[in-house]
Amino acid sequence: MIVFENVFKIYNSHSVALEDVSFQVDPGEFVSLAGRSGAGKSTVITLLIGEEKPTKGRVFFGQYVVNKLTDKELPAFRRHIGVVFQDFRLLVTKNAYENIAYALEVVGRSQSEISELVPQVLDMVGLGDKGNNFPHELSGGEKQRVAIARAMIHRPEVIIADEPTGNLDPFHTSEIINLLKKINQLGTTVVLATHDKEVINNLDRRVITLDRGRIIRDEEKGKYILV
Amino acid sequence: MATIISRIFHYGFKNFWRNGLLSTATVAIMVLALLVSIGLILFRVATDRASASIQEKIDISVYFKTNVSEDQILNIKQSLESLSEVKQVDYISSDRALEIFREKHKDDQVISQAINELNTNPLQPSINIKARTPDKYAVIADYLQAPRLATYIDSVSYAKNQVVINRLATIVNNVNRGGLTLIIVLALVAGLVVFNTVRLAIYSNRDEIGIMRVVGASNAFVRGPYVVEGIISGGLAALLSLIIAAPVVYFISPYLNAFIPGLNVFKYFYTNLFSLLGYQLLFGIVVGGLSSFIAVRRYLKN
Repeated sequence: MIVFENVFKIYNSHSVALEDVSFQVDPGEFVSLAGRSGAGKSTVITLLIGEEKPTKGRVFFGQYVVNKLTDKELPAFRRHIGVVFQDFRLLVTKNAYENIAYALEVVGRSQSEISELVPQVLDMVGLGDKGNNFPHELSGGEKQRVAIARAMIHRPEVIIADEPTGNLDPFHTSEIINLLKKINQLGTTVVLATHDKEVINNLDRRVITLDRGRIIRDEEKGKYILV
Repeated sequence: MATIISRIFHYGFKNFWRNGLLSTATVAIMVLALLVSIGLILFRVATDRASASIQEKIDISVYFKTNVSEDQILNIKQSLESLSEVKQVDYISSDRALEIFREKHKDDQVISQAINELNTNPLQPSINIKARTPDKYAVIADYLQAPRLATYIDSVSYAKNQVVINRLATIVNNVNRGGLTLIIVLALVAGLVVFNTVRLAIYSNRDEIGIMRVVGASNAFVRGPYVVEGIISGGLAALLSLIIAAPVVYFISPYLNAFIPGLNVFKYFYTNLFSLLGYQLLFGIVVGGLSSFIAVRRYLKN
């Protein structure tokens, strides 16, 4: 469902972010992108959600050719995916409930559907009583759970998580990873970018390892191994 | 579609309320800009009145020889009235001229007595001509120099007042033209100040806009609430500016009246309140909404 075909991302001659990257992700998979900071994990994700265009090569998502999408076509495409970021990216002027509801509002779902679904998802991520809190009133782990709730509420085919645990302590980290595993068990494809060795080793799923913009390893049930 | 539109308005109002401080600052700047525009409208009224009062003071008087009959004078008057440059012609017979003269000098014993001693009326019949615009007096004066009329006319006041009339005409023209330029420039400045304020407010929201895009909001859904916010700010600022202007205009109106006779800005303000409100709303809403529309655009990329 996700295909990277000989993708290059070159900012300038001194800064090559991705070099000839090719891989494929099938529906229902849980794939981790491993590698140290600057290896190219985030670049893979920005290309995947169409925030940037590859210098060379093609990126496919289902029937979409992502590198060919125009600014106008991007919103409709992005409704097929849910994205979770290291810095949460919640709307600060909206409370937790509204942040999650927003993902349904943009696709034009009815008010009754929204008032039914949002509390369910809030309960699922364990924030049933925090719907009226604004992001600045929530802890890091809570914010990330709101972000995950927002990413999954419209039942996307894929959840993409870019260092979702980067700002969290080990306790909250395992909480978030368990949540992602739960979502994956429900049938959603998950792409997780992380430099956290513990997280990857505990997952025991497919791992694509990047180093200096190249894929150096792609293993089923992989471990976090550099060099 | 209806749900999307109602959500856009809902968020527009909600954001305006929640971004209280930012909204207040934007509205405050808009109020200042709109006060400038009220000031400009009233300035225009004042200059119009001033130039009109100058124009009222300018005229040409034509004095006829005493042997010319009233019919002949009325004929000439009629021919003058048919000219497109002429606004008004008043005939003053020698009897009427004498009356005016007596009235004017009734406190002066010597002159009153001197007139009473005369058997005949020494004053000439005359006509007063007002042109539509001050620069037309030259044309009218030319017309009066025609040889056909020369036999009746004794003198024309234009010749001796020519310099003064021309100077006044220039002043009237310059006041009108200068006033218009000033209005255009200041209105442009006011518009730009508002645009920049809105742009800054939206700049501080650029991350939010990026997030909305990532979540899959269409451009219209991202932009709509900001445009609604801009429109609310503009509408509110229009109302506030009039509320602030009313007492100020009431207070300064008598002072302006002292400068320019016949000018009553408060009366103008009061009688034209609704059209003023209309202009202000139009300016506020168009500038506010358009500024938001343009300012959001650059953050709708990728």
